[in-house]
Amino acid sequence: MSATALPSPTSDEVLGEPIQGPRALTGDWRRFWHLSFNIAKTDWKLRFYGSALGVVWQLVRPLMLFGVLYVFFTKIGHVNSTTGVGSQYYGAQLLGSIVLFTFWAESTAGSVRCVVDHEALVRKIQFPRLVIPMSVVMFTMFNLALNLIVVLIFTLASGVRPMASWVELPLILLMLGVFAAGTSMLLSAAFIYFRDIQPIWDVVNQIVFYASPVMISYATVQLHLSRTLLHIYEMSPLAVVMQQFRHAMITHGTPSAPNAMGGWSHMVIPVGIVIITFVAGFYVFNRVAPKVAEIL
Amino acid sequence: MPRSSQTEPSALVIRDVNKTFVVPEQHVDTLKERLLHPRRRVNKRSFPALRDISFDVRAGEFFGIAGRNGSGKSTLLKCIAGIYGTDGRIWRNGRMSTFIELGVGLNAELAARENVVMNGIMMGLSPKEARRRFQSVIEFAELEEFTDLKLKNYSSGMHVRLAFAISIQVDADILLLDEVLAVGDAAFQQKCFDVFNDMRDRGKTIVFVTHDMGTLRRFCHRAMLLEQGEMVYIGDPEQVGDRYLELNFGRAPEAAVNAQGHGGGDGEARVTQVWVEDEAGERKPALPQHQRITLHARVHFMVDVDDPSVSVYILNEEHKAVVVVSTTRDHEHTGSFRTGEDATFSFTFQNVLAPGRYSPMVNLAHRGAGVDLLDQFRGEFSFVVSGTDALGGLVDVPVEIAAKRSDGFVVPELTS
Repeated sequence: MSATALPSPTSDEVLGEPIQGPRALTGDWRRFWHLSFNIAKTDWKLRFYGSALGVVWQLVRPLMLFGVLYVFFTKIGHVNSTTGVGSQYYGAQLLGSIVLFTFWAESTAGSVRCVVDHEALVRKIQFPRLVIPMSVVMFTMFNLALNLIVVLIFTLASGVRPMASWVELPLILLMLGVFAAGTSMLLSAAFIYFRDIQPIWDVVNQIVFYASPVMISYATVQLHLSRTLLHIYEMSPLAVVMQQFRHAMITHGTPSAPNAMGGWSHMVIPVGIVIITFVAGFYVFNRVAPKVAEIL
Repeated sequence: MPRSSQTEPSALVIRDVNKTFVVPEQHVDTLKERLLHPRRRVNKRSFPALRDISFDVRAGEFFGIAGRNGSGKSTLLKCIAGIYGTDGRIWRNGRMSTFIELGVGLNAELAARENVVMNGIMMGLSPKEARRRFQSVIEFAELEEFTDLKLKNYSSGMHVRLAFAISIQVDADILLLDEVLAVGDAAFQQKCFDVFNDMRDRGKTIVFVTHDMGTLRRFCHRAMLLEQGEMVYIGDPEQVGDRYLELNFGRAPEAAVNAQGHGGGDGEARVTQVWVEDEAGERKPALPQHQRITLHARVHFMVDVDDPSVSVYILNEEHKAVVVVSTTRDHEHTGSFRTGEDATFSFTFQNVLAPGRYSPMVNLAHRGAGVDLLDQFRGEFSFVVSGTDALGGLVDVPVEIAAKRSDGFVVPELTS
C-alpha cells in the first residue's frame, strides 16, 4: 500500500533544480527589481488615486513643516542670525534638509511594519523577501525625487546658480539611500520579534531630527555643544549628509562636511556606520527571511 | 493514465521532508520584555506538521494531495513552493508556479488592469510579458467590460473569476494548486475543469491539494493521503478517496442496541443489531454511490415466530423514507424461528441514494402486511453515502441518455 522504498538521490543534475526555502534574495535580480519597483509604483499610485490634487499632497507636508520652521527661526526665534555668512540661503538649506530628513523618516518608519503588513504575500507567495523593505525605500525615493525638484526651484529662486559641486549630489543621496536601506532591513526584521520597535523608532527619529543640521546649522551647533556631544553629533551619517548637501547644493559659504567636522579622517566613522548598518541590516534580514512565513 | 518512461526525470522529487513548527507557549514579542527579563526561558512546544515525506511526481501527472484539516497538506504544498523551508530535499524540473490561494496580492483599490499586471510580475513575469497577457486573462475571466473598474466594486464572482484567470496565465510546467476548484458558479467551474483537462492533456504537471474527493477521483492520476503529517497512502485516487472517507467518519460503527431505539412492538422478538456492508462484504461507515450495498438486521426471537416480516425504511436527514425494502411484497414465507434463536435478515440493493447521511428504521412484524409489530428499531445507527456530484435528487439512478435529430439520425455524442 505505502510507497515502495524510493531511490536515494545521488546527484543533483539528474533530479533537477533543488528548491530552497524562502530567502531574502533568490539571485533573480530582474525579478527583484521588477517586483520592488512595481510594488512601490502601485503604492504610489494608490496614495493619490482619486484625489484631485494628487501628487501635490506629497509636497504639502515638508512644505508646511518648512513654512512653520522658517517663520519661527527667521522672524521669531532668531536662532540663526540672518546676518551670518550665507544666511540668505537659510530658507533653501532648511527646505533641503527637511526634504532629506523626510526621506529618512518615511523610509525607516515606513519599513518597520512592512513585512508584517504584507503577511498575506509572505505566507502565500514565494518571492525574494527583501523586496518588501526595498519597495518601501523605493517608494520614498519617488517622494524624494519629487521634493528635490521643489528644492531645486527654491534654490534657484533664492539666487543660487548651478554649480560644479552639484555633481556630488548623487553621491550624497547614495550615502543617505544606503543608510536608509540598511536601517529599513534592520527594523523590518526586528519588528517581527519586537513589536515595540515602532514607538521606539518614532522617538529615535525625533532625536535624529534635532541631532542633525535641519533647523539649526552645524556652525551654530558647534558653538553650543560640549566636545563630547559634538563628537557624537558628528558621528551621525545624517549630519554629514545634510551638511554636505547644504554645502554642495546651495552655498559654499557653508563649509563642506569634512571641513566643518575637522578633516577627512572624521568621515571614517559616519561612512563606516552607513556601511556597517547596510551589511548588518542585510545579514539580519537574510537570517530572518527563511522563517518569516512561519513566525508571522 | 500517462506513464512516463523511466529515463524521464520526475517533475518533482521530494525526499525526507520534515517540518516542525516551534510554538512558544507564551509570546514574548517586545523589546521591553526581553530587556527586563533577559534570562527568562520561554517554553516552546514543537509541533510536527510533516514527518518523513518522500515521493515523486512524474512529469505530466495530475497529482492529488488529500487529507483532513490539519493533516499537513497545505504545509507540504508550501514546502514544495519554497514558502516554508524544510530540512528535507526537494527538486523540481521545469518552471513552477504556485497558487496557494486564489487572489493573493489583488488590491481592491486598483482596477483589473493594474492588478493583472502586478500579479503577473509577482508570479515572475516581466512587466512586458504581464501586460501582453492582460487581454487573454480578461477574456478568460469574461470581464472585458470591467477592466477599468476597481476591484472593490466587483462582485465576489467576478473577483474569483479574475483571480483564477490570473493564476492560470503563467506559463509554467508545474502548477501547485490549493483548493482552488471550489469557486465560482457551475458554468465557471466547468470552465476551470476544462482548463485542468487541457493542462493535463498538454502534459503539464499539476499538484493539487483538496478535500473534495469527487474532484480528486475525477482528475488525478495519482494521489496521496496525509494524516497527522504522515503519508498513509500513495497511489490510486479511488483508494485515497475511500480511505479519506474512512478517516472522516470513523471506523465501521455498529448500532448499539439501546432501549430507546425500540418500541411499538409486542416484544416477542427484537432487532438487536443493524449494519451496512459494501460490495466486498466489509462493514463501512461511508458507502460509495452506485455500488451494491447490503443492509443487515439481526433479530433475536423470544418466542416461536412463523413468517415474520421485516421492512427497512432508509430515512434521510429530514426523516423521510427515501428507500423502503421489505419482505412483505414478494416473500410471504420467511421461515419459522424458534424461541431463543437469532437470525440475520439481509437486504442487498443498488445504492441509488444521493450523497448524505441516512439512518435505517427496521420494522419487525408478525406475518401479514407488516402492521402487527413485533419490534421497531430506530437506533442511533446511521451511515453516509459519499459522493460529491449530487444533482439534487433524493436518489441517483443510473441513466442512459440519447438524442435523435428530426431527420432520424442519432446524435453520436450522446451514445457511448
